[in-house]
Amino acid sequence: MSYQPIHQPPPMDFRSKSMRLNTLRRSVMNHLITALSILATLLVIAPLVAILAYLIYKGASSLNLAFFTHIPAPVGEPGGGMANSIVGSGIILGLSSLMGVPIGIAAGVYLAEFGRGTLLANAVRFTADVLNGVPSIVMGIAIYSLVVMQQKHFSALAGGVALAIMMVPTITRTTEEMLATVPHAIREAALGLGVPKWRTAISVSLRTASPGIITGCMLAFARVAGETAPLLFTAFGNQFWSFKLNEPIAALPLQIFVYAISPYDEWHRLAWAGALVLIVLIMVSVTLVRIVANRGVLKGAS
Amino acid sequence: MGVGIQVENLNAWYGSTHTLQDINLHIPANHATALIGPSGCGKSTFVRCLNRMHETNPIARATGVIKMGDLDIYKDASPVEIRRRVGMVFQRPNPFPTMSIYDNVASGLKLNGFRNRRILDETVERSLKQAALWEEVKDDLKKKSGASLSGGQQQRMCIARALAVDPEVLLMDEPASALDPVSTSKIEDLIFQLKSQYTIVIVTHNMQQAARVAENTGFFLNGKMVEFDSTHKIFTNPSDKRTEDYITGRFG
Repeated sequence: MSYQPIHQPPPMDFRSKSMRLNTLRRSVMNHLITALSILATLLVIAPLVAILAYLIYKGASSLNLAFFTHIPAPVGEPGGGMANSIVGSGIILGLSSLMGVPIGIAAGVYLAEFGRGTLLANAVRFTADVLNGVPSIVMGIAIYSLVVMQQKHFSALAGGVALAIMMVPTITRTTEEMLATVPHAIREAALGLGVPKWRTAISVSLRTASPGIITGCMLAFARVAGETAPLLFTAFGNQFWSFKLNEPIAALPLQIFVYAISPYDEWHRLAWAGALVLIVLIMVSVTLVRIVANRGVLKGAS
Repeated sequence: MGVGIQVENLNAWYGSTHTLQDINLHIPANHATALIGPSGCGKSTFVRCLNRMHETNPIARATGVIKMGDLDIYKDASPVEIRRRVGMVFQRPNPFPTMSIYDNVASGLKLNGFRNRRILDETVERSLKQAALWEEVKDDLKKKSGASLSGGQQQRMCIARALAVDPEVLLMDEPASALDPVSTSKIEDLIFQLKSQYTIVIVTHNMQQAARVAENTGFFLNGKMVEFDSTHKIFTNPSDKRTEDYITGRFG
């Protein structure tokens, strides 16, 4: 066999004028695009920083120990706090996560691992997408007639159900999307070892996709944590302590709403403080879950 | 110990594509058998029929009889049982990325509910030694993820993972095609040692590799098995013109 000589391009002269111009143009373009990306990043962060700064400016001065330990004071009396609302929000969100997270993840696993292409899967996916677009006030009215009317009174449970239904679509769709990113080769590895399909779905696919699924759950949690409208006709709010699931219960967003539309300056200040506490609590709980979820991740894991 | 495999009138389809046509073949126990042929000729489909992975694809279908010893794998057992007895190593290393090296190797046992720590420890050590990886990883077994190893190490870990469930047959679908020459020769040495204990079926694009590791070789073309004979005969004196054309590099 004879070898054909490979055509060689003329050597490049990096000092020629056109070459230097070209280099300059590329370098300018590079800096320009980098600057634009940084600018866009700042624009994204700016609103969050602005909101947080304004909340601290308006609300921090009203924060004291009593805010976290006392229930609201009667009209006309100074002081009082939101202790019952903080605990109430915790109870409602705990309930909704307890119901929404397992159902959402299970539905997502069905969509990605078992139901591909089936009629039921398409129906579930469509329902989830529509449910995601239902205004939260509509969700409140729906749960009012489905749960509250049946129970004949407002309750923490009804509030939990309303928020759980709002969490499910987000969790289902992120679970499905995250499972879709798990390479098929990894499932085949498990099936090839004689692991049953259900076990592969749970111990291999779900486990591999778990960081993304946890992010999805946190997004859903953070979104419903600040919801007021679905709680208006379900949890209703409460000026006193309540730990019973079948009684009206206080919640931070409801208390903020009540105080913010009141005519009293003192209450306005407390509403600002409540908003600050709400946003900080959401940030803290999301961070905590991330820290717990990242424990035990191995060196070099991808 | 390995077990022989008898394949009778095997046909397989993907949708309407007839990928395997009337395959008849005896794979002897405790030997290495190589399958060669151009891309898309049905070699991979064939080995995937041997452990019933073929049917995990919803549009795939197979007919015919495959006997492992006396066991008809399509009639007498569930796919899950068959896959425990017929291990598989894939073309690209596919470690479980969230698991440690130890858990990767033990996964076949652990995911099937086996919990005895002492036996798990022993099995992991034995399998990693069989796969010639023990010395390189013994200090990081539970600290490092399986995905942190190099490509060649990952593939040997996948072999250890397949060996840990103590299969009788080991299927290897181009196990070295994604690896560098040093890793490739390590895998070949491994096949050479393992074939005394397991029946090995290896799909390969590399004809020198088939010649080095296998006693018998089958040549596949367009979904049919053209020729099956001792490796020596296939590479020195093939009886079919098409086999000769392929191994002398005239096509494929």
